[in-house]
This record gives sequence, structure tokens and C-alpha cells, in this order.
Amino acid sequence: MKESLGTTGLILNEPLLWEKGKSGRCGISLPRHDVDPAPLDKDLTTEGPDLPDLSEVDVVRHYTRLSQWNFGVDSGMYPLGSCTMKYNPKINEKLANLKGFSGAHPLLPAHLSQGVLKLMFELEQFLAEITGMDAVTLQPAAGAHGELTGMMLIHAYHKKKGGHRSKIIVPDTAHGTNPASAALCGYRPVPVRSNEQGILSTGAVAELMDEDTAGIMVTNPNTLGLFEENIKKIAEIVHSKGGLVYCDGANMNAVMGIVSMGEIGVDVLHLNLHKTFSTPHGGGGPGSGPVCVRKHLIPFLPVPRIIEKNGAYALSSEFPESIGKLQAFYGNFGVMIKAYCYIRSMGPVNLRKASQLAVLNANYIKENLKKVFHLPYDRNCMHECVFSDKFQNAYKITTLDMVKRLMDYGFHPPTIYFPLVVSGAMMIEPTETESKETIDLFIDSLKAVANEAKENPDLLRQAPGRCKVTRLDEVSAARHPCLAG
Amino acid sequence: MRYLPHTPDDIASMLRAVGAKDLDGLFPTIPENCRRTGDMKLPEPLTEWELTAYLGALSERVAVSPEYKVFMGAGSYEHYIPQSVSFLLSRSEFVTAYTPYQPEMSQGTLQAIYEYQTMVARLLGMEVANASIYDGASALAEALLMAVRITRKKRVAVSSLVHPLYRRVVRTYFEPAGYELVELPFRKNGTTDLSPVDHMDGLAALAVQSPNFFGCIENLGEAAEKIHKNEGLFITSFTEPLAYGLLKSPGVQGADIACGEGQSFGIPQSFGGPVLGMFAGKMKYVRSMPGRLVGKTMDREGKEGFVLTLATREQHIRREKATSNICTNNSLCALTAAMYMASAGRTGMRELASINHDKAEYLKKELKKAGVGIPFDSPTFNEFVVEFPADFESTYRRLMEKRIVAGFPLASFYPELAGHYLFCVTETKTREDMDALVKEITP
Amino acid sequence: MKGIDQLIIPDVRYAPDHEWARLEGDRVRVGISDYAQDQLGDIVYVELPRVGDTFERGEVFGTVESVKAVSELYIPVGGEILAVNPALEGSPELVNTDPYHEGWMIDVKPGDLKELDALMSQNAYVRMLKGLD
Repeated sequence: MKESLGTTGLILNEPLLWEKGKSGRCGISLPRHDVDPAPLDKDLTTEGPDLPDLSEVDVVRHYTRLSQWNFGVDSGMYPLGSCTMKYNPKINEKLANLKGFSGAHPLLPAHLSQGVLKLMFELEQFLAEITGMDAVTLQPAAGAHGELTGMMLIHAYHKKKGGHRSKIIVPDTAHGTNPASAALCGYRPVPVRSNEQGILSTGAVAELMDEDTAGIMVTNPNTLGLFEENIKKIAEIVHSKGGLVYCDGANMNAVMGIVSMGEIGVDVLHLNLHKTFSTPHGGGGPGSGPVCVRKHLIPFLPVPRIIEKNGAYALSSEFPESIGKLQAFYGNFGVMIKAYCYIRSMGPVNLRKASQLAVLNANYIKENLKKVFHLPYDRNCMHECVFSDKFQNAYKITTLDMVKRLMDYGFHPPTIYFPLVVSGAMMIEPTETESKETIDLFIDSLKAVANEAKENPDLLRQAPGRCKVTRLDEVSAARHPCLAG
Repeated sequence: MRYLPHTPDDIASMLRAVGAKDLDGLFPTIPENCRRTGDMKLPEPLTEWELTAYLGALSERVAVSPEYKVFMGAGSYEHYIPQSVSFLLSRSEFVTAYTPYQPEMSQGTLQAIYEYQTMVARLLGMEVANASIYDGASALAEALLMAVRITRKKRVAVSSLVHPLYRRVVRTYFEPAGYELVELPFRKNGTTDLSPVDHMDGLAALAVQSPNFFGCIENLGEAAEKIHKNEGLFITSFTEPLAYGLLKSPGVQGADIACGEGQSFGIPQSFGGPVLGMFAGKMKYVRSMPGRLVGKTMDREGKEGFVLTLATREQHIRREKATSNICTNNSLCALTAAMYMASAGRTGMRELASINHDKAEYLKKELKKAGVGIPFDSPTFNEFVVEFPADFESTYRRLMEKRIVAGFPLASFYPELAGHYLFCVTETKTREDMDALVKEITP
Repeated sequence: MKGIDQLIIPDVRYAPDHEWARLEGDRVRVGISDYAQDQLGDIVYVELPRVGDTFERGEVFGTVESVKAVSELYIPVGGEILAVNPALEGSPELVNTDPYHEGWMIDVKPGDLKELDALMSQNAYVRMLKGLD
């Protein structure tokens, strides 16, 4: 293999903020105090919060050093399955920071915020077109928030119909957010097992679906990276008992322009703008989780909704059946701008091509590694593939050991130990923005790790060796939590 | 397309490796009847320069400072953002990373969040803060759900001076589960009437916002005493964290959970999002807390490091029994707030808070002099309510044409308060700006 | 690693979900078996009921957590909770180091002592475990 990416860099130590600085320093330019002091009653005030006093230089060095201990998509390939760590275009960052957007007060009257409302309105239309659904709300702040919104919509729909339903079907491959969101709406998740091909069978769903079941939550493509081939039939079964089909659209990056969710029987779907639509993950947020619905769920969408009349846009809360509000304002507008820019930069042809190349990259990895790692479901995959550590268990090496060693080669690990149906899972999602050269190097690196598992397993157990820290003691962190300094 | 690196040769050789004829041949598992019929009807691609011009034009159709003087807060505050904070936030090691699942490769995010948790806990006078959630409203909803879990009671009392949109969010979260929310009226001085709490049974929690939606500082100590007598949790909410640069913290006054909006700390208003849900509580309730937590530990060589911890509360492990369905935090917004708090420090935070308060007092005084009513006489921080004569609406509109937004009309949320406007003054308004406003309002 | 035979002691009764129960005077003390703690790995937290709560046999009375997993605890003998082990709050590792003594979890006032008799003996439990392996 070519020389690996991983090496040891120049990493500086940096203490905690409050271990630096000196009382009386200040790192901000304080505005002029151009009015007379009007002190508050002493009973109400204090001498200020216990924060460290630092200079601007202290702060800049602190966070610059911290940033150097981090790995991002801009550092290298980040094949975290189900997270779609694609490249985050830089122009989008710049445009989201335009003063007219970043400085907009959310309670401005409509005639003073037309630019914002038009962008949101158009984005809703684009997302409806991409998913093949009828209407969209941009309000949910993240994927899990979108799921919760979706569940509330289903709850409101059944309530309107006069029936109370107590259960919802959730496949064993689902993200943990699915059952947790359902439970917040008072639904008891009923697990359904995927079949030996890694997908749902119509029979298994038919057996569980009844008139006390609100519907089903499917992830399609699912978390094994497989398309739920029976989705149309499953939707028919669920609909025939009066239920609704919720689709977790976390994996939409595999099927843009290829599958229309509206046409395959999905009633409600959430998207993750921070996955499919290239907005950065920010170390764990902010994201954005728009929810797309078919016609019959439109009356229940959160308020306010953006309406257009003769080219003028306004926010309206005149929807009496609405479930209400999920956030104080309208969602993560700053994130929406970036997704909007992405869609406008790509156009329909490149969005479709992005999905095709994401699937090509994943299948290429799967084909090249399936002799080295156990592949529990050897089928055409979509945008990600799932291996296990079964072969390496013979050397008493686990998935955890292997991915820690992969760090030394300069790659971020894949998602591990998920989905739960695969023991020792290693879920790889390369995304379309990785080139063939990068992917070849990634494949070579994983092969080298597999070889080390055989030849020098201790090397893996001691890994990583080239990061800021070695493996951390998570047991004592959880037994004796130290959550603040 | 510059984001798609594959050359035709790459595609051809990769297709050969996977045994597909062409790119369309990569989807044999998608049945014919699941294929999309017809292309996506979306606009054709724009170049970087076309996109910049288009978005630039859109952004100009929004009223923002410095052209506009917006004297409106109501949950979103215009504060100066230090250039050092904006600059550091563009570090793509922070921006393009994900949730720090692999601590060895994300010590930067982890230490920064640990520091954020610590500073939030200190600001609010609490023992532990989480790594943040979506916004102030969902933070309050999560806090109330947490109280329901801890006390096993299904009814909460919420002040009607908690931000009206926050209460709307709480109602939305409560509806499917069937929990009950009782609203407490407000008194003539602009603070919450707590007397009904004494007679209410089965309260899981009492939630009060301070400074409240009218800008008035609430007596949190009294509220804490009342709800603790009633064996419920005391939750405090806030929309303007800068107030705690000057005011006594919620923790000192008996809060069990303090939560609210952190946007003021360096986060752009961005039409309301993304912002920052701050969430802090007592250590004894930590296992019932929603959201991510970062903890300090050691590596194998005894070096200090940080990890995500107490994850068993969360959805990816406990699934339907999790404390919340929340998955990520608003990490980058938390980082922003941490950088802001670190930059300001105790000295800067207190001075900045004083400037906000003093300026608001100046405008209040000048408006009073001009004959305008100040209906609530409780002390305020940087917002206060003004009562205008009935015909003020036309003046309000005329001022808008002069690029001044003269407060937020309260009638939409409190129909009984027609002619009442909520004003906000931060450090971004100069004495001249305020004098100009008063001059315009005075007939 | 210890073999199954070493993990199982004779003087308690065992439930199929790996809890043990021991009659101590008029109360039944409950914990989890050495085999169970070994399978769970490092235990970081034990969630226990409140004193005075009552459970029917087989109901969930608490959870035991490792870093990345949560397992439910099923009460082997129904009744009222008389005491919970206060030491586990600060030292959950006692369940790992001494599961049958220092690492006990709850004391129950048994509703029906026949439920204790219905549990497995050491031999029966070992046979079950060997079947599992």
C-alpha cells in the first residue's frame, strides 16, 4: 500500500480555561458606556458569574489548540455509517453568514423579512419535489426532532379520526431515536425482526399490524444499507388497517432522484439536512430535520407555515388542527440556507448523480473488503455496507480494536456496534465526495489492520498510538461522573 | 460538479469492480414499481458566482442593523459578536466533525463541551449542565418532562410570563402524553402571581422565567419555597442569559433545573435558529437529565481526557425508555457560547450586563419624560413594557418606514394588552439611537 | 476467566434471569449471580426501587448498567421492598467484585415463600448455564 495518511503531528498541550488567565483581563471589546449608571437593588445582583478572565490572545490560542485535537471531514475521510459525512461546501458557510440572514430578528413583520421567507418557501418546495411528498415543515431542529414531529402528526391524525391507538411497529434495525420518539407520543414500540436477507418481510408486518397499531416506522434504505424491497406491500398492509407509514429519511442520500417516497406509500418522512444536504455536523449539531408529508397530514403540520400570495410571503398560524410548535421560532434557518445553496449548486442531475456515486463507493468498498471482513448480508448495498468482526474474533480482536487502529492510519472510524442485529458491526458509509484514490487508501488501510489483527494483535489492543490521548477509561467516567470543573 | 470527484475513468473501473453495467445498474434491489417516474423538477445548477449574487439579493430584502434600528428582543437579542469568536468558529476541525463518539479523535470538541458545561453551571449556579439542546423552548419542555419523570406526577404550573412561544412548545410536547399544564396569572407589577400554587395538588413542577417576558425580574426565591413546600421541582427559564452577568443566579435562589436560551452569547439571530438550549440541574437528578454529557477521565497512560458519559440515559442504548429522544446537542452553538463566555470572563460579562441594563433604564426614563406610560414597576434588565395611546399603531408603522422597529406589540400574545409594546435595548444601541427614537415617538 | 462452576455458590436460589435470592430471617435478600456480572462487564450504575414499593414475582425492580448497556432486573420473589443496598450508589463495582455479599441489591418482605422454593438450586442453575453456553 501507499504511505498511510496517519502520522504524529505537532500537538500542543492546553489546560482548562479556568487554569489560565488572571482576574481583570477581558477578551472582548467593551462597548461605550454612554449613559449614566442606574444601579439595580443590591439584593438582586452579584459581583458577576464565576468565569475566568482571559485576554483575546488566551482565548484564540486555547481554541486553536483544541481544534487541532479534532478530526473533521476537512481533515480526511469520515466514513461514519448512517451519518453521511459528506463534504461541506465552503460557499454555503459564507452565504449563511450574510448580514441580511444572520442578523434577521425572527419576529420581524413579514414585509421586512421577505428574503428569508422566500428562501424557506422555495426550500420547502425543493424538498417536497426531491422526496415526492406534498408539503414540508422546516421547523424541527434535528433528525430526532423530526421523528418526534412525525409521530405527533400521526398521533393527531388518529385522534382526529376518533381512534386511539397504543402501539407502533419498529424494526429491529431502527435507530434508537425511533422508539424513543414514539414513546414520547405515548406509543408502545412493537419490534419487528428483519428477515435473513436483512429486510422486512410482508408476513412479519402483517402479523403485527392491527387496528390498535398507529403505523410503522421504517428506515429506507435501512441501517444495514439495504433497500426495503417490500415497502410498497408493507405500506398497503399498514394502510389497510388504517395505519400510517413513517419513514426515517436519514439515508435519503442513497436514493435522490431514484425513489420517490411519496409514490412508495410513505405518509410522513423526515430528512436530515446535515446528512443528505451537505450542511456541516458541527461536532454534533446544529442540524435540521424537515418533515415531509402527504396531503392527508397537511392540516396537522406545525405552525407557523409560510404562505405565498402573488409573490409576497407571510407566516400564518391559522391552522386550527396543527400540532403546535416544536421550537420557539421556525427552525434552524442558518442551516436551511446551506441546504438551499447545496440544492441550487447541484441541480437535479448532480443530486441524482451524488446518490449514484454514494452507492458506487459503498459497493466498491463492500466488494474489496468482503474477503477480509465478514459480510453478514452479501447483497447489493445502497450508500453503506455493514461488516462484522467475526473473522477477527479468532485472534481475540474486536471491532473496537480494529477501528482504534484505523485511526493510526489517518481515518475516522466507521459507525460501530450498530445496527444491533449484527454482532460487532462495522458500518461504513463513504459518501459520494470521497475520490477513488482516497477510498483505495482506506481499503488498503483496513486490509493492513486486518493483517495486523492476525500478525500482531497486541498492536490493535494498544491502539490508537498516534492520537492526543490513548484509550480513555469510560468505566470510571461513568461510575464517578466528573461533569464540571 | 466540483463536489463530485469521480472521473469517467474512475467510474468505469469502479463499476467493473462491483460488476455493474452502468450507474443505473447499481440499484438492482429497488423493484421496478418503487422507481421514481420522471426527473426531479428543480432549477438547473448555479455557479458559485451566480449563487452568491442570488443569495446576496435575497439577503438584502431583510431589515437588519445597521440600516435598521431594531428595539425588539422578545427571545432573540442583538448583541455584538466579537470577531475572535466568529473567526475561531470557522475552524473546520470543529465545524466538520460529528458527535465525539471516538474520543481519541475528538478531544477538541470534548474539552470544549466540558468547559461549556462548567461555565453554564457556574453562570446559573447549578451543579451540572448538559452539552446543550435545541433552544430555550424545547429546553423548558424537556425540563418539565424531566420533572414529571422524577416526581411521577402529571401536572405542572407555568407562569403566564414565560415566553408565550415557549409555553406553546410545552403544550405541543405535553399533548400526546396527556400531561396537564396550568398557567399562573400575572400581577399588576409585571411579575407572576404565585398564590395559586399553594392550593394546587399533584404538581410535578413550577416553571418561572426571570427576567420574564415583560422584562421584569421575578422573585425566584419565593417561588422556590412555594413549590418545594408542595413537593414539586422548581424550574427556572430564561431568554436572556446575559442578565446573569449581573443578577443572582437561579441556583442560589433554589432552582432544581435552570434552562433557557443561550443565543445572546455570540450566536447570530439568524431568524430564530440555530440557537442554544442551555440546561442545568442538580447532580442528584443527573440520571434523569436529557441530552449528552461530557465527563473527565484518564487515558491508559494517566493523561487527562474527556469522553461522552452516562450514555445509558440516552436513546441509542435505552431506546423507548430513554430520558429523551434527543440525539445530538447543538454542539457548535454551545462552542460559540463557551468562546463568548471565555472571552468576556467575569469582568466583561458583568460590565456588559451593566451596560445593557443602564441603557435600557436610560430609554425607559426618556420615554417616561416624553409622557409615555410604563405600566409595570418591577425592576427590569434590558427589556421593559411601554404603554402607548390607542393610535400608536400608525406611529409604529411610520417609524418602520424610517427604519426603526419600535418594540414588539404585545397584543398578539396578550389580547388584554393592546397598545403595549415590549422594548429591548442592548449594547448595540447608542444614546443617539435612543434619543432619535424618543424624538420620533414624541408628537 | 473463571469457569461456570466457580461462579455459582451453593447457599442461594437462582432465577432464570440470573438473579439470586437468599432467605435471611424473615426477609429475602436479592442480587445478581457471578455469572451475570461477568457477562455484563464493568458495572457503572445500579438503579434500585424505593423502600416501600411492592412488586409481583417477575416484575422489573431496577436496572443495572455497564458503559454501553442497560439490563433490567426481575424480582425473583414478590413482595415489599424493605431495604436497598446503599453502598451501590457510590460503589456499583461491588456487584462485580462481590456479587453474593457486599454487592447485594434489595431486601424483600416475601409475599409467598413458595416462590423461593420454586427457584433453581445451584446444580439446576449450573445445568441451565451449561445449556446456554
